Amino acid sequence: MLHPEPHPAEVVLLTRRFRLPDSASIGTYLATEGYQAFRKALAMTPEEIIEEVKKSNLRGRGGAGFPTGLKWSFVPRNSPKPKYVVANADEGEPGTCKDRLLMQYDPHSLLEGMLIAARAVDARAGYIYIRGEYRYLIEILDRAIEEARRHGLLGRNILGSGMDFDIYTHSGAGSYECGEETALLESLEGKRGVPRLRPPFPATSGAFGCPTVLNNVETFCSVPPIILRGGLAFAGLGTPKNGGTRLFAISGHVNRPGVYELPMGFNLLRMIHEVAGGVRGGRKLKAVIPGGSSCPVLRAEECDLPMDFDSLARAGSMLGSGGVIVMDETTCMVKAAARILRFYARESCGFCTPCREGTQWLAQVLTRLERGHGQRGDVEVVRDVARNMLGRTFCPLGDAAAMPALSFIEKFRDEFEAHLEGRPCAAEEVALHA
Amino acid sequence: MKFSEQTEARLARLIESRPPGHLRSALVPMLLFIQDEVGAITPEVVEEVCQRLGVSRRDVEEVVSYYSMLRRKPAGRYHIQICTNISCMLVGGAELFEHACRKLGIGHHGVTEDGMFSLEEVECIGACCWGPAMQVNYDYHHHVTPEVFDRLIEQLRDNGGKARER
Ligand SMILES: Cc1cc2nc3c(=O)[nH]c(=O)nc-3n(C[C@H](O)[C@H](O)[C@H](O)COP(=O)(O)O)c2cc1C
Ligand code: SF4
Ligand code: FES
Repeated sequence: MLHPEPHPAEVVLLTRRFRLPDSASIGTYLATEGYQAFRKALAMTPEEIIEEVKKSNLRGRGGAGFPTGLKWSFVPRNSPKPKYVVANADEGEPGTCKDRLLMQYDPHSLLEGMLIAARAVDARAGYIYIRGEYRYLIEILDRAIEEARRHGLLGRNILGSGMDFDIYTHSGAGSYECGEETALLESLEGKRGVPRLRPPFPATSGAFGCPTVLNNVETFCSVPPIILRGGLAFAGLGTPKNGGTRLFAISGHVNRPGVYELPMGFNLLRMIHEVAGGVRGGRKLKAVIPGGSSCPVLRAEECDLPMDFDSLARAGSMLGSGGVIVMDETTCMVKAAARILRFYARESCGFCTPCREGTQWLAQVLTRLERGHGQRGDVEVVRDVARNMLGRTFCPLGDAAAMPALSFIEKFRDEFEAHLEGRPCAAEEVALHA
Repeated sequence: MKFSEQTEARLARLIESRPPGHLRSALVPMLLFIQDEVGAITPEVVEEVCQRLGVSRRDVEEVVSYYSMLRRKPAGRYHIQICTNISCMLVGGAELFEHACRKLGIGHHGVTEDGMFSLEEVECIGACCWGPAMQVNYDYHHHVTPEVFDRLIEQLRDNGGKARER
């Protein structure tokens, strides 16, 4: 899954152990500054730890990009309830496959990040919620946890500091919606993955009704370097308000697909043409979904932009989970949109009507357009249904379905019309002239 | 019901790791781990889980009907899950799934007559950069072309046949 060498443009911070022999073992980890950040954190006050994370401008890598230090500061430390740390290892967003690598090649960095979070909020236990399909990673993580316990890094009176904290793996069993933080917590408690009303947010009422720090795997893995090298050093790698590096999973029509660690704000076109080796077969770039399937699609001419949360928002899309899906000129946009919406229809938990009904409508109408059975007014149906979903669903999955649907029909309207009228669409034109 | 030593050890660890008073929290992984051994969530499994966790049948049924990996009937000996989601689709995932249907003579959620293979079209499995991707049971296979697929099937058929003779 790894290229033999990192690309010269990569800044290897979170991935720096990936290519070491036995990279997942505690031996390798300890030999490469492993658990040094946690030792440092033990000598810091919780306020100092949170301050350092705030200074780093680290923003959540799960999708929403919420500032991590701020999130941690919401945990009421004087609450009499026990507190928990939960790692979101559900990684279900189509186009995203980076947490898998972090856990496979450097599981201890996740544990260390969680330990530091636990220190910052005085948590008593941590859970890693792993999607059921990632079974082999449970074995790897359980082994790492066992190693850490044997080294006195987990359990009671950690390193003689008086801190008690342990980490456990927990598996899902097939559900994209369980990646949504409150649905995840329901699942962790042994229930269906139906989300909870927010607020209260997990920071105040999370796992088992207790204050909980819940972050994405990559977010936790970013914490040890922040503590070790200082928040400002991490912040300096990226762009203003977007600290550090990010693992971008570049997939689709590129010559060298893969997961690359690049500074926040790295130019998207450079990412495609230089880092990922350019578009396959020397074809023309047509479109990019910049951050996993929930993000509005960008036309090729919109792609000359820095990949950080704010620039993507300004461009009308999102940085999301960092899954960069590249489509060349042979791609049928109707087919792509239909496939993406079938995914949301299948994964909608069904709890609220606009999403349950809306995703089904979108999937059905787009699929019949794709197959050439579209009816007059279908494109408007897609637009109206999607618009009516926006902001009206119980959890963000509804928006995650509506936004890409809208962007596809707005930006590639002509292709949808072509399918409707039985004309060859732009992708077929390319094929005809090839 | 009693399970293998390995499964029992896993279940014991799961239960130990629950906060006091929150045994139910072990439910989803417990069902999955048991299914891995038994092959399906049978009525006996439901009963057993109710007992072990002190939850009601309703609590268990609700969960079984929600999660896509939990099933009431056993899959084939080799459960083939092919991703056709967007990243895989762009590099031939849908064609791979169609090829698999023809090769095995079954469709989505089908099981071959000899019980050797079952097939499922799945959503993203976190292998988007290495597509077309699939899982056979829990094992990942990356860059699966129809030729790679056929070779693997022959190999599995061989292994499966031999395992049965033993
Ligand atoms: C439908 C849906 C699915 C999600 N799936 C994931 C996921 O698989 N992994 C993840 O880390 N976050 C996922 N999220 C985002 C989480 O709700 C949450 O914001 C995130 O885990 C918080 O961590 P962060 O602040 O470190 O990003 C999902 C959100 C939604 C609405
Ligand atoms: S938007 Fe509604 S139906 Fe869709 S996943 Fe969220 S709660 Fe469930
Ligand atoms: S889209 Fe196929 S593994 Fe992600």
